[in-house]
Amino acid sequence: MSSLELRGVGVRYGRFTAVEGVDLVVPDGSVTGLVGGSGSGKSTVGKAVVGLAPLTAGRILVDGADQPRRPGRTAVQLVFQNPYASLDPRLSIGAAVAEALPKARRAERAAEVARLLGLVGIDPARAVQLPEALSGGQRQRVALARALAARPGVLIADEVTSALDVSVQGAVLNLLRRLQRDLGFALLFISHDLAVVRYLCDQIAVLESGRLVECGPTAEVMARPAHETTRTLLSCIPALPARTAPEAT
Amino acid sequence: MARVEIANAGVDPGGPAAPGGGAGRTAPVGAVPVLRRAAAALTGDTWPGFLVRRTGRLSASLGVVVTASFAMIHLIPGDPVRAALGIAADPAQVAARRHDLGLDRPLPAQYGSFLANLFHGRLGDSIVSQMPVSQIISDRLPATLQLVIPAVLLILLAGIPIGMLAAVLTRDGRRRRGELAFAATTGILAALPEFLLAVGLVAVFAVWWQLFPVAGQSDLSSYVLPVLSLTVVPAASLSRVVRVEALRVLREDYMRTARAKRLPARLVYLRHALPNLLTSSLTIGGLLFTSLLAGTVLVENVFAWPGLGSTIVQAITTKDYPLVQGVVLVYGAAALLITFAVDVAVAAIDPRSTVRGT
Amino acid sequence: MAATTVRGVVSAEPPESFARRLRQSLRTPIGAAALAAALLLAALAVAGPVVFGDQASKIDTSAMNQGVSGAHLLGTDSLGRDIAARVIVATRLTLRLGLSATAIGLVGGLLLGLAPSVLGRRAGRAVTGVVGVLVAFPGLLFVLFLATIFGIGSTGAVLAIGLALVPTLARLIQNLATSVAGSDYVATARILGVGRFRIVVRHVLPNIVEPVVLFAAQAATGSLIAFAGLSFLGLGVQSPDYDWGRLLNEGLSRIYVNPASALAPGVAVVLAGLVFALLGEAVAQTGGRRTAARAVPAARTPVAMNADGGLAQTPADVDGDALAQLTHLRVSFPGGRTAVRDVSLSVAAGEAVGLVGESGSGKSLTALALAHLVPYPGHVQGVVRFDGHDLLADPRSGRRLGAELAMVFQDPMTSLNPALRVGRQLAEVSEVHLGQSRKAALARAVDRLAAVGIPDPERRARQRPHEYSGGMRQRAFIGMGLMAEPRLIIADEPTTALDVTVQKQVLELLGRVRADSGAALLLISHDLGVVAEVCDRVLVMYAGRVVEELPVSRLFQGAAHPYTRALIGAIPTMTTDLDRELATIPGRPPEPGEEISGCAFATRCAFARDRCRGELPVLAPAAGGAGHRVACWYPRAGDGGTVTDDTDTDDTDTGITRAESEAVA
Ligand SMILES: Nc1ncnc2c1ncn2[C@@H]1O[C@H](COP(=O)(O)OP(=O)(O)OP(=O)(O)O)[C@@H](O)[C@H]1O
Ligand code: SF4
Ligand SMILES: [Mg+2]
Repeated sequence: MSSLELRGVGVRYGRFTAVEGVDLVVPDGSVTGLVGGSGSGKSTVGKAVVGLAPLTAGRILVDGADQPRRPGRTAVQLVFQNPYASLDPRLSIGAAVAEALPKARRAERAAEVARLLGLVGIDPARAVQLPEALSGGQRQRVALARALAARPGVLIADEVTSALDVSVQGAVLNLLRRLQRDLGFALLFISHDLAVVRYLCDQIAVLESGRLVECGPTAEVMARPAHETTRTLLSCIPALPARTAPEAT
Repeated sequence: MARVEIANAGVDPGGPAAPGGGAGRTAPVGAVPVLRRAAAALTGDTWPGFLVRRTGRLSASLGVVVTASFAMIHLIPGDPVRAALGIAADPAQVAARRHDLGLDRPLPAQYGSFLANLFHGRLGDSIVSQMPVSQIISDRLPATLQLVIPAVLLILLAGIPIGMLAAVLTRDGRRRRGELAFAATTGILAALPEFLLAVGLVAVFAVWWQLFPVAGQSDLSSYVLPVLSLTVVPAASLSRVVRVEALRVLREDYMRTARAKRLPARLVYLRHALPNLLTSSLTIGGLLFTSLLAGTVLVENVFAWPGLGSTIVQAITTKDYPLVQGVVLVYGAAALLITFAVDVAVAAIDPRSTVRGT
Repeated sequence: MAATTVRGVVSAEPPESFARRLRQSLRTPIGAAALAAALLLAALAVAGPVVFGDQASKIDTSAMNQGVSGAHLLGTDSLGRDIAARVIVATRLTLRLGLSATAIGLVGGLLLGLAPSVLGRRAGRAVTGVVGVLVAFPGLLFVLFLATIFGIGSTGAVLAIGLALVPTLARLIQNLATSVAGSDYVATARILGVGRFRIVVRHVLPNIVEPVVLFAAQAATGSLIAFAGLSFLGLGVQSPDYDWGRLLNEGLSRIYVNPASALAPGVAVVLAGLVFALLGEAVAQTGGRRTAARAVPAARTPVAMNADGGLAQTPADVDGDALAQLTHLRVSFPGGRTAVRDVSLSVAAGEAVGLVGESGSGKSLTALALAHLVPYPGHVQGVVRFDGHDLLADPRSGRRLGAELAMVFQDPMTSLNPALRVGRQLAEVSEVHLGQSRKAALARAVDRLAAVGIPDPERRARQRPHEYSGGMRQRAFIGMGLMAEPRLIIADEPTTALDVTVQKQVLELLGRVRADSGAALLLISHDLGVVAEVCDRVLVMYAGRVVEELPVSRLFQGAAHPYTRALIGAIPTMTTDLDRELATIPGRPPEPGEEISGCAFATRCAFARDRCRGELPVLAPAAGGAGHRVACWYPRAGDGGTVTDDTDTDDTDTGITRAESEAVA
């Protein structure tokens, strides 16, 4: 599979610097969490990788090769935050997934679409339906299936669960984790929820005002945050009292 | 109706919102030379920056108008002078006229002298009457303005309150029948062509009831029908726009806040809703005003009003190209100036369309 | 897992095609009227000249300039020709010219409008700029300009009017296309390497058809009118041809003799224009229908519900100490949607109560009902009391709420009025409710801004909300609630839109405000952590009912309702076991329109039995202790048991998911 490497990445919109000097490596087959307050530039980093944000400095390498500056078919795929905006309302979910399939596979498209929908837990018989027939969680699953259809070496998940209810969030996170372990893509998981990041990620990167202020193995960063921003973020999580240990049924 | 809806969707989204969070996120100042900062101030979301950008666009558009009116005479297939003087005209006479008009000189030279003349307020002479075009225009312009200015005021005074009242009465799907009646009435009125309305008004008020003169500019009563013809259609359109905008505003979270504060209805609507719907309504209203200019052409012809509108039509029928050129220039520039004025007014009212320097 | 009884599995029917939706919307009254009128118009255009052609051109010197008569319905013209026949015959030419011009305008508009989406950024911007300049000119001016160039006559007029339509249509299509092109799904398609042209064809065009059809219809109306105008001015159709505009022109000269001869062609223009407008509207409805058609079918909730035996048990019925009290609250919307089915709650003076639940469980509406602010079509039943006054019975008592009840909403970005200075927005509260002078009120506003920790409050009071950051706006908003002397603060997700760091500050501020003012707090949140940090007591809502009420201290250890426990289990925390899958709640909550017999959670509950599906559980004291009540037939005792299993789905197609998850695991 693939690894993702950011070297001195900067993004400027006009005179507004959104991201500056970000160096980050997402190793092959691992999960990196990108956290930070709102407006810290998390999403911009994700967009820059796929060419949706203008890269004004630095390089982005996938498996050592430069990513093109413009969006186009590459080994990197991105799933957006809002499940209600990320699917074309006029395209059936099957067609949406099929659009992402590599050209060579067009022949066995239907079978492949069904397999992918099954993989994310959507009944393949629903491939003909429009997104409006699906709940938020299901749409997010379809978005995931579409991203997977492109056989990504690197997947960027931008706040994929923050628009979902907690009960649904768990299901999507479980799925994402399972697929990542199973398919072995590198995952850049953007989130503001440290508990979720802790659960999912091997490595954590903390952004503050567009700059990377801390990066390290999850357990280590959680236990011994080195930067003030990380400490603040950690201290601001509402402390849930110890609870009944969930037991297996 | 067509105009309004078209205008509605044609509105540029307001200026970009200030970047979220904001604090301390601008580019490092020390490294940036003064020049760059000045440029940034002028291109950024600041008041002077907005003015500079908007004036730039105005000048560019004025350039287009000037060039278009110059180009017009050259785009006409065949020989405009021969067309104007008639097929039977003496070739020598045609050549002389061509020379008078400078049409025998190379294009760039013609363009240059066109600009120079324009700068001195000279627009050439009418082919038909031999009078200076600038003189004809300055003779006719006041009559047109005397229609346009009262019409604009009436449109604002009628359209905004009516639209707002309709919105308040029909908000959240209240009074469905009233909504339907309003939509149907204003829809039909707004879809009426001005000149048809004018004809109808003449038929009813001048011919049958003989309350007002049929045509011509004389005493005050002669103004009533032309001004009314110009007012009704845009006022109906504006009230529709205002209603839609008001309904949008009434659904906003801050209106819920105003209600949560239990303010009296007067404050809720006038202080909290009105300023927010004024800006977007005005943006769209600006387009109504420019189309009002065009409306004068037709209405003046119905009422034989001695303004610019009847002039341009006569000029086109008699192929008096220099005169057409001059009037097109005036109308075009007026349209641009109106849009400019509206944009500036909106920016002055709306704190978001340009973020003033702090 | 319990069998699905409440909702059928969404059947996998193919999406409605555009054509089918179009057929549907043509069956509505507007659609049918538009279609009928359009067919009539078409028939006139085709048959008119054939049937009435002779009559329209027959010169009759004995019947010149006649008025309305039996022989000539609209009179005759200067050559004695029948005007009614001429109006009918003119239909064909008028429509042909108008529609040709519209076609030119539409093609040009689509080309220029979609060009920025297909071309690169530079070229796209150039096209947008050019269109932006052209669009500032009124259409008729354009027409006159072009008519001068193309010469007087039909052909010139068609070209002139068609081209004059281009800038506006292009601008509209540009706007529509840009908004679609900016969407996440187009961004995704770009990442997937779908070409620009293909994106326009597959994603942009299908999503803008309806408005474009509407604009085209409006353009058709517009060009009819423009043609009439041109011909009327003598610049359009030339003799011996005639369209409605020319007839109008001729009629106007005889308006003294025969007004009908001028009005008839005018009316024809307006009617034809209306037909186009109606057709456009009918087609545009096609898009709007999709959401409307999805409205859940009305499900009558039995009227007996309020009289339901168990409901009377709620102790909140008569609570003399309560500051605010809801009894058997029910909020319904037209169409049988009942968002709040039966909620009783009371907030004592100084108390902090939390209201939690999934999205759509009715939390916000409960709060709005308490504040007497349920939006219009919503129908509120039950008893709403504030400080002993019955708000529903005596709406005028609601005025006191202005001073004694403060609301804080979720989104501070949109909840403050963008057009007014912040100081003004605060000051008006005490001006209106405490009768303070403008100056005194403003001084108090500055004081309150300082109290909620806004630095430099004097200057900040003069600013407008867009100059504030999100956290500051929420602070200012809370400050607004403190302008009078609030006794209850209702905060609906006050921190959901904020950063974790800012969230903490705002929660601390709320706590401090409460300590200072002694106000009670009703905090609504979907975040159990937030509620646990701030509140004394928690109510858990599910499908419009309170299913559990308990002291915060018991929330994480002693919850008895399976739903509450599942909710708690589903939140990942800093101590979640990394080797286990996250707990999830399978299925979906019921929609407000659904009829539910028995426990609303039964379809998702691991402990559901027959009784649950048949009988509605009511709030009853739980084993856990004082102040703990639960609405469940089989509450979980103390620390035991859990409903969560490792099934991974959020909807009803569990079979597949489970199979897959096993396959993957
Ligand atoms: N004006 C309305 N017309 C019809 N239904 C409505 C209306 N307002 C709310 N509802 C419905 O009432 C139900 C409850 O709404 P409410 O806003 O109280 O939920 P909530 O618990 O606050 O959810 P969230 O966590 O998403 O804010 C929802 O299903 C919603 O669709
Ligand atoms: S009553 Fe209790 S046990 Fe029965 S379905 Fe409802 S929540 Fe589950
Ligand atoms: Mg809510």
